[in-house]
Amino acid sequence: MSDRLYVATRKGLFTIERKGGRWSALPPALLGDPVTAVLPDRRDGTLYAALNLGHFGVKMRRSKDGGKTWEEHASPAYPPQPENAPGSPWKLDQIWVMETGGADEPGVLWAGTNPGGLFRSRDGGDNWSLMRGLWDRPERAEWSGGGYDLPGMHSICVDPRDSRRLTVAVSTGGVWQTRDGGETWDCRASGMFALYMPPERQNDPNVQDVHRMVACRSKPDVMWVQHHNAMFRSTDAASSWQEIKEPALSNFGFAVAVDPNDAETAWFVPAIKDELRVPVNGELAVTRTRDGGRTFEVLREGLPPAPAFDLIYRHGLDIDAEGERLAIGSTTGGLWISDNRGDSWQCVSAHLPPIYAVRFA
Amino acid sequence: MPRVVFTSNLQRHVAVPEREVNGATVAEALAAVFAQSPQVRDYVVDEQGHLRKHVVIYIDGKRIVDRQRLSDAVGPRSEICVFQALSGG
Repeated sequence: MSDRLYVATRKGLFTIERKGGRWSALPPALLGDPVTAVLPDRRDGTLYAALNLGHFGVKMRRSKDGGKTWEEHASPAYPPQPENAPGSPWKLDQIWVMETGGADEPGVLWAGTNPGGLFRSRDGGDNWSLMRGLWDRPERAEWSGGGYDLPGMHSICVDPRDSRRLTVAVSTGGVWQTRDGGETWDCRASGMFALYMPPERQNDPNVQDVHRMVACRSKPDVMWVQHHNAMFRSTDAASSWQEIKEPALSNFGFAVAVDPNDAETAWFVPAIKDELRVPVNGELAVTRTRDGGRTFEVLREGLPPAPAFDLIYRHGLDIDAEGERLAIGSTTGGLWISDNRGDSWQCVSAHLPPIYAVRFA
Repeated sequence: MPRVVFTSNLQRHVAVPEREVNGATVAEALAAVFAQSPQVRDYVVDEQGHLRKHVVIYIDGKRIVDRQRLSDAVGPRSEICVFQALSGG
């Protein structure tokens, strides 16, 4: 199990370590700076952090010594915007997610951004290029903001069997997949529905507000989605999606995690609904299915009872590489870790800054 | 020569000492700064060359008007202050 967790917050990056049976926080890094995404590269040990400085824009930092010292490296940048270009301004607003390329692609990084562009680096972040094959799709003009003013790409799944196959999700802009390393793309949100749209547009794949999408490492054709008005699962690599009909507590939320070794097991953290984004009954709870979404358990041991208003945002739930340990971090600064797949939780802190992302080393 | 001054909050991320530079517009003066300190550019303007949304520039105490092309004129004795806008938090 991973004994180190990185916590990206509105006011810095926190490293939580387990020593002597206890979790404790190391001195914070990048204190005061909003860290919107963190990526420990398990291929070479480099740690990446994306900042969104309130005044001075998106900045990238990387550390080769586990977060003790940091250096600035290049930020993704959009190319010059043509006159009358449709859609959002060609300006980087935020890095929402970062992922590494495949094990066979050392140095390759992916960055999903607001306003929806996907960037790739081939050299550990020294240079970035916008994936024009997706950015130039005419459907992008119909993407909308979801959670932020501008559309944002928050999920990037690299197929461990073939690093050229990527599936990404946009809020709001559905699910898109490439099988040639990013040159050509297909929209793959068939089966999803959008209750916030007029009836004739509800099944349009390009308007789906996926909140978070994950794929099972050992069975990558199985993917799970927490959507704005439902939960979905695919067993055919996003070619089709099936609604999870009987979730526990609620079908609304942001986060989802899947067991890397068991495609049938996944975790969600429900909130009441779109217009009431707080835990159901004011009690923080994680739900778990072990049968592909047919039935769910509600896991509360160690999580705060009512009144608790912790919301777990898109990247606020993570599972370690072994599939044993989970972490959740809330928008009100609560952090909990489970060593037993969610059966029980230990509060690490209730007083961190608002948490954007948790990520095991 | 106009003098360019940067907010101390920027100094936390990148060194930008006060300096006198050539230039008859904000764009020309900043171009001279960026030529000396290329890493400053990305903190002040975005990838389209526009002043960042939450950065503000004053010339002799007057806020500039053209935030895209930065064409506001500066005099030979002007002071150009590059500050953070409080809208940025």
